Amino acid sequence: MAATHRISGHGRLTPAKTVRFTFDGQSYSGLAGDTLASALLANGVHLVGRSFKYHRPRGILSAGAEEPNALVSVERDAARRTPNVRATVQELYDGLSASSQNRWPSLSFDVGAVNDLASPMFSAGFYYKTFMWPKAAWKSLYEPKIRAAAGLGVSPDQPDPDHYSARFEHCDVLVLGGGAAGLAAALAAAETGARVIICDEQAELGGALHFEAGTSIDGADGWSWAQATAAKLAAMDNVRVLPRTTAFGYYAQNFVGLTERVSEHLASPGHDLPRERLWQVRAKRVILATGAIERHMVFADNDRPGILLASAARTYLNHYGVAVGQNVGVYTANDTAYAAAIDLKKAGVNIAAIVDLRDNPAGALVDEARALGIEINHGRAVIKTGGRLRVSSMTIQPKNGGGERNIPIDALLMSSGWTPSVHLFSQSRGKVAFDDATKRFLPGTYAQDCVSVGACNGTDGISATLDEAYAAGEKAAKDAGAKAGKSAKPKAETSESWAGGMLGAGPGAGADTTVKAFVDFQNDVTAKDIRLAVREGMRSIEHVKRFTTNGMATDQGKTSNMHGLAIAAETLDKDIPAVGLTTFRAPYTPVTFGSIVNHGRGVLFDPTRKTAMHGWAEAHGAVFEDVGQWKRAWYFPKPGEDMHAAVNRECVTVRKSAGLFDASTLGKIEVVGPDAAKFMELLYTNPWEKLEPGRCRYGIMLREDGFIYDDGVVGRLAADRFHVTTTTGGAARVMNHMEDYLQTEFPHLNVWLSSISEQWAVIAVQGPNSRKIIEPLVEGIDMSDEALPHMSVREGKICGVPTRLFRMSFTGDRGFEVNVPADYGQAVWEALWAEGQKHGACAYGTEAMHVLRAEKGYIIVGQDTDGTVTPNDAGLDWAIGKKKTDFVGIRGLTRPDLVAKGRKQLVGLKAKDLKVVLEEGAQIVADPRQPIPMTMIGHVTSSYWSENCGRGIALAVVIDGRDRMGQTLHVPMPDSVIEVEVCSPVFFDEKGERLNG
Amino acid sequence: MAKAAVKTATAARAPALAGRDFSATGVKLAVLAPAERISLRAPAASVAALSKALGVTLPKAPKTSASKDGRTALWLGPDEWLVIDEAGGDPLADCAGVKALHSAVGVSHRNVGFSVTGPAAAATLNAGCPQDLSLAAFPVGACSRTILGKIEVVILRTAEDAFRLECWRSFSDYAFAFLSQAAVDAAA
Repeated sequence: MAATHRISGHGRLTPAKTVRFTFDGQSYSGLAGDTLASALLANGVHLVGRSFKYHRPRGILSAGAEEPNALVSVERDAARRTPNVRATVQELYDGLSASSQNRWPSLSFDVGAVNDLASPMFSAGFYYKTFMWPKAAWKSLYEPKIRAAAGLGVSPDQPDPDHYSARFEHCDVLVLGGGAAGLAAALAAAETGARVIICDEQAELGGALHFEAGTSIDGADGWSWAQATAAKLAAMDNVRVLPRTTAFGYYAQNFVGLTERVSEHLASPGHDLPRERLWQVRAKRVILATGAIERHMVFADNDRPGILLASAARTYLNHYGVAVGQNVGVYTANDTAYAAAIDLKKAGVNIAAIVDLRDNPAGALVDEARALGIEINHGRAVIKTGGRLRVSSMTIQPKNGGGERNIPIDALLMSSGWTPSVHLFSQSRGKVAFDDATKRFLPGTYAQDCVSVGACNGTDGISATLDEAYAAGEKAAKDAGAKAGKSAKPKAETSESWAGGMLGAGPGAGADTTVKAFVDFQNDVTAKDIRLAVREGMRSIEHVKRFTTNGMATDQGKTSNMHGLAIAAETLDKDIPAVGLTTFRAPYTPVTFGSIVNHGRGVLFDPTRKTAMHGWAEAHGAVFEDVGQWKRAWYFPKPGEDMHAAVNRECVTVRKSAGLFDASTLGKIEVVGPDAAKFMELLYTNPWEKLEPGRCRYGIMLREDGFIYDDGVVGRLAADRFHVTTTTGGAARVMNHMEDYLQTEFPHLNVWLSSISEQWAVIAVQGPNSRKIIEPLVEGIDMSDEALPHMSVREGKICGVPTRLFRMSFTGDRGFEVNVPADYGQAVWEALWAEGQKHGACAYGTEAMHVLRAEKGYIIVGQDTDGTVTPNDAGLDWAIGKKKTDFVGIRGLTRPDLVAKGRKQLVGLKAKDLKVVLEEGAQIVADPRQPIPMTMIGHVTSSYWSENCGRGIALAVVIDGRDRMGQTLHVPMPDSVIEVEVCSPVFFDEKGERLNG
Repeated sequence: MAKAAVKTATAARAPALAGRDFSATGVKLAVLAPAERISLRAPAASVAALSKALGVTLPKAPKTSASKDGRTALWLGPDEWLVIDEAGGDPLADCAGVKALHSAVGVSHRNVGFSVTGPAAAATLNAGCPQDLSLAAFPVGACSRTILGKIEVVILRTAEDAFRLECWRSFSDYAFAFLSQAAVDAAA
């Protein structure tokens, strides 16, 4: 279909560069450089969507990021379907496929439009009031129905195949906005040699110069000057120019988030190109050159397709060469709409009439419009419009009432003035101030090292803007430490003014309940909704906002906030500053999740940590479990074995012969210095001063409150050197805990902590044959029971490489832990494995490790303890140095509640039925016949099938558990109540003879 | 001494990611050969004695390093250095004889080293490292313990367009994957 509304000789696009696209399945042709909106308008398409609540037909309102209506879905393929894309910012590419949203069955006939007829029911606050009863129906019925009916597009339902990247960047001067002000500021800063970044949300820099035809700078028209300046900046080494990049968030200390749309405008993006790139910029100085956003007029039926902002119509004409209509009406309260009317008239479009709310508009633009023969109706208002899927008429009336007149039109431009974009300034925690003379909120008190220039600062006219921006750029660079530059300040020869306008509802916005004079197009908020909110008692603008939803959703009230505020203020009979402004929050425009997550997907979502022996375990069929970020071998099934069979075999083999276990993930900390033992005395409950070098001890670490924080075996390598082990999960926090105490409580101690978790690979060899397996490989260590008793450590060599060889056991059988430098882990494991094969040893995983330790009643911190368990509760009083006068937690242990009767104590549980394996976490009661809710006296913390014991075994914490030995308790389950007997937590080898067995 | 101390084959070293590399426009990544490393902690009074023993003057200013004959000392904190020896020396042994107060702990196998080189090297790191890596702020010889995406790393600028990056062994898969992904986008 040929573009019928393109005017030859107008706009900056190249007529020969055609691009094909589809909208709702219909094929169209546009030009390279078009947005989806300009291309649709070029084809005479104004109807592009249905409104949020009333399903009213909606057209394109703006030509920029503030667009509330023209939200479409853009679909590259099944997985790349982006909802809520603003057609006004989506650049056209060949083959683009877009569709309208929020309509069924079709855009021109939408069943949901019945809401519009029923609208008296759907007033502000309607949802809050109507769907209160019955309460249960909210979740199951009302909410899903409302969400389906009032949607904003459909979320994609497949994984996003695109990728996203990120970059941290620093600069001296960051310029946000690439219009005339931003360009002048960037130029001034750049010429000092300062590091400058300038970004702009549009494809080409220039801002309002896209449409401002009446501006010339340095002898060129404004647009050409902007392009030349942008090119000059891009060529400088110290400048980064980022088009298609939105500054969406302004955070503490000049940290600004930018999102760059890298390939969204390309027909077939290269594989390596990210879809978007997140820039996180720390700038010494920030220059805000964010411009201003034109406001619409508030009157009845101001939302029909074909009604749009005056500056938008001018952009479509002057930049894209598109006429938004052939017979255009204009409704305004300021001068800028005149410029649009004049440009359109000169391009051959009929201007049906200009309707100006002001009584005596005057000035050069008014004179020029009159000279062109355009009818000007001053002191009059547009009170309503006609048409269904496109505006067809406007009705005008003297603003104080009187005779109505109907004027046929096919498009209506409106302008009630310009709202300075103070969003980012406000996000920076700057305070806006109301300028009563111009009825605008402008930057007032600054909170960060930034400055506003141009339209966002309320500066009118290009000359003043360039002067202000250039000076600000120079100053910002100088303040950031740059030397003075030398350059010529840009000079404007001709310019336009943006001053004037009005806020709030015009005469056509009547109090009549059937009138829909839209304030917020995206949320279908009308003037009467705001008045209703005030009548219903909302006084704060924040409450009005939430009651009406004015200013919410993707456009964040860019066009509506000031009107809403003015209507609320008028209804409250207060001044605008007394009512206040809602808070501007990030993001300025919607940011994709992809951009925020950027590289953090797939393997980079979270580090996956693997030990040095991971490859061996994988090759030997291990099934892995996640323990924090670590992959740990869980069990090693042989062909035909399920998990239970494998774990049973591993548990039996360890006790019968031996097993190899990868314990590398344990946290390890080397504590070094002359005060190392003193420090250990303070951090652990146990005594350390008298522990001889070469010996080990099981240590318990408490928090100040006396509860167990971590545990592990500690070896003393020398008088001034300890090798501390922690739980796998505790590695990082135990190190932090120790370092925290060392730095804040015990800074007088000469001791230092170094993490060696990853220096050493750890191979546990456990079982009666463990010594026989290790001994042939070791040099320089006497492994006899006399020379290397249980709980000792030696340094020497294994397989020719250094080792710290611990004799210790977490199975209750004779055991060793072989520490070797990590890169040797796999080779030493393989050597031990080869030796182990001679004795029928197995490799075992974490599940068997858990069962074996439970058979011995060894606790696992975090499983059998939960942050409320003391050493006494866990039966570990023996690990507290009785003569010690100080350690972290010693005072906590004396708290009355911690020494009182009735604490939960660690015990063993045996189900009466040997076959039963209790559920971990199951609650324990004394009398199962009591009424529900029963009094729970404890819970199961660990429970396994023990092949070695031939029965299920469990550990539990039970109130006064140690006084209940032999008692029968009950574990109520959904289908039955299990009888259990309280017993010692040691189920196997109660005398501990096997440690030397 | 165990009686059956049979001579066995010396265990072969299997460094993480040995020999891996990657290149993209403007940047090359390589996994570096094993090196000797110590984590050195000491008060100011011991710095002179330790410097003498190590043969390299321990730097005292934040974000600086000192290098001599293949041995580099990186300032990581007011009393903390990472010493990397790529010349086959043994810094742990060199410190063993120093009487002055200190803690030297061997961490040769704890870390994996990477080189990131080329005009887009800084941009590659800046995909996940929030530091200002411009030459003015991070000159040749500058170093820092910082982050790369979700992991802790130490970076050292070895030349205008070259960095050494170190991370703990089990984070090396993540580091290499991150750097590879970042490298592809670094020329922008």
